[in-house]
Amino acid sequence: MVAAGRTVSDAAVALRGLRFGWPGAAQACVDIADFTLAAGERLFLHGPSGSGKTTLLSLIGGVLRADAGSLRVLGTDLVALSGPRRDRFRADHIGFIFQQFNLIPYLSAADNIALPCRFSPLRAQRAGDIGAAVARLAGHLDLPVDLLARPAAELSVGQQQRVAAARALIGAPALVVADEPTSALDAARQDAFLDLLLGECAAAGASLLFVSHDLRLAGRFDRCVALSNINATTEATA
Amino acid sequence: MRLPLWHLTLASIRNRGLATVLTLVAIALSVTLLLGVERLRNDARSSFANTLSGTDLIVGARSGAVQLLLYSVFHIGDATHDVSWSRIDALRSHKDVAWLVPVSLGDSHRGFRVVGTTADFFAHVQTGDRQPLRFAAGQAFDGVFDAVVGAEVAASLGYAPGAKIVLSHGAGEFAAAEHGDKPFTVTGVLARTGTPVDRSVLVGLAAIEAIHLDWQGGSRIPGVEIPAQFVGKFDLSPKRVTAALIGLERRSTVFRVQREINTSDGEPLLAILPGVTLDELWRVVGVVERVLLAVSAFVVAVGLAGLVATLVSSLSARRRELAILRALGAGPGDVFVLLMTESVLLAVAGCALGVMLLWALSAGIAPWLMAEHGVQLVARFVDQSELVWLAGVIAAALLASVIPAWRAYRYSLADGMTVRM
Repeated sequence: MVAAGRTVSDAAVALRGLRFGWPGAAQACVDIADFTLAAGERLFLHGPSGSGKTTLLSLIGGVLRADAGSLRVLGTDLVALSGPRRDRFRADHIGFIFQQFNLIPYLSAADNIALPCRFSPLRAQRAGDIGAAVARLAGHLDLPVDLLARPAAELSVGQQQRVAAARALIGAPALVVADEPTSALDAARQDAFLDLLLGECAAAGASLLFVSHDLRLAGRFDRCVALSNINATTEATA
Repeated sequence: MRLPLWHLTLASIRNRGLATVLTLVAIALSVTLLLGVERLRNDARSSFANTLSGTDLIVGARSGAVQLLLYSVFHIGDATHDVSWSRIDALRSHKDVAWLVPVSLGDSHRGFRVVGTTADFFAHVQTGDRQPLRFAAGQAFDGVFDAVVGAEVAASLGYAPGAKIVLSHGAGEFAAAEHGDKPFTVTGVLARTGTPVDRSVLVGLAAIEAIHLDWQGGSRIPGVEIPAQFVGKFDLSPKRVTAALIGLERRSTVFRVQREINTSDGEPLLAILPGVTLDELWRVVGVVERVLLAVSAFVVAVGLAGLVATLVSSLSARRRELAILRALGAGPGDVFVLLMTESVLLAVAGCALGVMLLWALSAGIAPWLMAEHGVQLVARFVDQSELVWLAGVIAAALLASVIPAWRAYRYSLADGMTVRM
């Protein structure tokens, strides 16, 4: 295991006794005793819809705050941070890719890729020359240069997902979270996209938390974890 | 953190092109209307206040101040009494009086009032911002049967110097009361002033005496007919006039002279300060333009409601966009600021557009307004009081923007990084 021998503070994500329930809900939605994503690890988290994965990702992203337990992302305890500081932390350190509709439709592909740098001075600084960084990432992800000036809404779904991947990777965030990024793609494009994503994360040294219900993809990752095994919501009490 | 939001704001506004343009036009038009009404209001007020300028006192038989102003300046209504010529002469020789222009009313010409006066009228009566009367054509009256007509009289009846006109006794209700035996010749046409002078026919005091030689008590004396060529044989010096306009040597003496006239023994007279009484009168007629202003304020409110409606209705379509921004690190506060910025930007742009529109409009119609209605509209950008109005509009926009911004804030809190419809 890649995680072996590392301390908790070295981990990209470390959850201990994490609990979260939506206000008014009788049951906790997330109740995870122990989960670790090691630095540089590429992990496949298997979760069908309704298994609380979106909520878990919102917790890791700091959009939601846990009710109990500890949640350390890149060594920072998110439960202790205020809302605006969690927003800043997310902007600085995490790149997100969603199932679809990832892009701001009226911005060009290049502007979409550069968007995280507008929210995070840290990532802007790490990206250096933003125009060059956009062009380099686009090149790696097989996005033709003439596509970059076009509004995102005019791109095909496959192109949009690659733009989203480039956006998640710009400014070298230490953690990339992908939520079903391939489910809008056909099988051939799924493989190609996965190649690009895994390659780019490895090249950037970023940890990848890849969430999907499609187990066929699991073989491409360092490790596979089923959310149903770690999320003990059925045992949780209100 | 703020700078990137600008870029987003502009791109997002551009994205919703047509709706944005329409909203902008609605705000611009409402601002144009508001400022235009406010401007016309001020200009109308100052042009009204300057109906008569340079005149320090108006003297007439004792009645009400507003009544005296109405009949002597606006030619509305009639005087209840005249002023005897001996009093006028005495006033003229008063040590503080610089000039005195007598006014004799009571006749008309095809609906326009005839003003019997002296040639001094053209020298001393001023309108607007102390503008003296100018002749558009011809010159002042000289002979007994000469007449000068105001711009509107000339325009509506097609008169030019040399035209022959017939005056009527009284307001001209009866054709039988025409002074047809003594026609007048137009010698001059005055330039437009935007005051009641435009609607006047001006003749000498001697002419008023001459046309009434064979009249008594409002009708012709039966059997007496004095042809025009013989009037020179009669004494045509005025016996009574309706009112007099007075200019003083020093304006500082105005209250003393006024008090002197008002408290003098004998024939009861009333002296008024035209500016003060004009203000008094404006307070009565000014209600209309205040209503107009209120209406245009409502139009601005409608424009802003349109802005809010556009933004609110676009919000549900933008929930994904807001969720993406959240995932990229935008806080709910950033989303709030983003929406506020959008609507305030639209409001400011709308105001700017409205001001430009008003400027173009006023530059375009000012010559016509002056020529046709004598209203002087100066095409100016914005003055201080208009800036206050604009600031008020933007403040109202800011307040109204809270509605879409708050909704966006609520959405982004509830949605987080993914839209849950």
